[in-house]
Amino acid sequence: MSLSSKIVVSFERVTKTYPYYGYIIAGLKNFLLKLPQAIKYSRKRFVALKNISFQVYEGECFGIIGKNGAGKSTILSLILGVIKPDKGRIYVKKRVSALLELGAGFHPDLTGRENIILNGVLLGMRKKKVLQQMEKIIEFSELRNFIDQPIRTYSLGMIARLGFSVAAHLEPEILLIDEVLAVGDIGFQKKCINKILSFKQNGVTIVFVSHNMQDIKNLCDRVMWIEDHSIKMIGSPDEVIKAYEQAYK
Amino acid sequence: MAKKINYIKVKKSFKSQIMDILYYFDLVSVLTAKELKVRYKNSVLGYFWSVLNPLSMALIFLFAFKKVLKIPIENYTFFLICGLFPWQWFSNSVMVSTNILLSNATLIKKTNFPFYIIPLVSVLNDMIHFIMSIPIILALALSYKIWPTIAWIYGILLLTISQFFLTFGISLFVSSLNLFFRDLERIVNIGIMILFYGTPIFYDTSFVPQRYKFFIIINPLAGIIENWRDIFMKNSINFPLFWKNLAYNIIIFSLGFFIFKKLSYKFGEIL
Repeated sequence: MSLSSKIVVSFERVTKTYPYYGYIIAGLKNFLLKLPQAIKYSRKRFVALKNISFQVYEGECFGIIGKNGAGKSTILSLILGVIKPDKGRIYVKKRVSALLELGAGFHPDLTGRENIILNGVLLGMRKKKVLQQMEKIIEFSELRNFIDQPIRTYSLGMIARLGFSVAAHLEPEILLIDEVLAVGDIGFQKKCINKILSFKQNGVTIVFVSHNMQDIKNLCDRVMWIEDHSIKMIGSPDEVIKAYEQAYK
Repeated sequence: MAKKINYIKVKKSFKSQIMDILYYFDLVSVLTAKELKVRYKNSVLGYFWSVLNPLSMALIFLFAFKKVLKIPIENYTFFLICGLFPWQWFSNSVMVSTNILLSNATLIKKTNFPFYIIPLVSVLNDMIHFIMSIPIILALALSYKIWPTIAWIYGILLLTISQFFLTFGISLFVSSLNLFFRDLERIVNIGIMILFYGTPIFYDTSFVPQRYKFFIIINPLAGIIENWRDIFMKNSINFPLFWKNLAYNIIIFSLGFFIFKKLSYKFGEIL
């Protein structure tokens, strides 16, 4: 990855806090009766990311590792634009496709085929495109025999397979992946990794969150380690993973 | 807390904006088709169920007000149906929308299409049910020897648009606010009940005493129901009332949309 590459995602001194919504969502009655606490709590906020800055370059695979709750998913949500930072700036210069949950929007009563259309459109594909890719998606999922059955009859692994198969046929510019490869059997996991590699070869920028260090090593060009809501380290996969594993020995 | 614009996306070209609009159109049509499919998939009587509710309400009111209280309105069954079918669209959409963002939490957190599409789909879904129930209104009109004229065509079109603005506006308002005050659902239920009795559905506007007329005037649904009845029962549309009502509904829609937009960046945090 040369430094002259174009920056496609940039975080500049980003801080993100979450409110403690407990008092508010408990209902209007609680909110009014406990107004002093509610106001106090609405000021007190939980810090999810503290003053972080990093860049992702066009065409690279950027890994993010760290403990549960360190702030990894918050970073992805910020890139996706579903939440706003409190301080700092975020630049996103290309169209983002998110693979944060396999099978988003799947409905149990609809067939596999109907869910492919639904999920494909929700992930950002035009309907026409999904229909064109339909055969390839079914082929990839290896679920042809069940494709016209309602997916409530599917196992969790089969649902994940179907979800990934749809996502595999997106044409993303920036792809966010959040720990979704932990499902399915080994054969299918391998297929997923290969698919992500082929995205990378086609110049797709990937931001990849995982707890599987082997996947990170295989896929990523650079890795960021998030600890206590700030950046502990950014560097090559080998050095960051080594330091990370050292810290948790 | 610093309040400046801090999420920046590169400006989109005209072409990609057009592509976005086409994409949203796909999204809305696929999601609406899904709702309809799910509704009818497991029941042979799907269509029948969706009109059964207003029809049984009509029967109850027919008994209570025509047979028992002897309300002096001609063609009372037809009178009731003309108000109850559009009412059903409004009340179903608003009640479903109250919880719709909560039940679609994963979509909101994990995908990045405009969130207003979620309540929009629910409003469109009930709108389609209403439109599909118009043949029943037509059959009833014919049985009362009312012969529809061209006024039905443009009247239905205009009023559907007007009621859509009102219904969508209120749905946007309650769906977004319900995330912050989760017991809003109960308030909405009570509000819907008050609105039902405060709207001339089973009585005529002319029955309302002068001192209470004010409530009819500020109730946007009253104007709509009156207009629906004029079209179905008299083949005419009261245009001054229609335009006033349309303006009112568009204002309500704009307010609802504004509030929804303002709050939508908090959705991802709160869900």
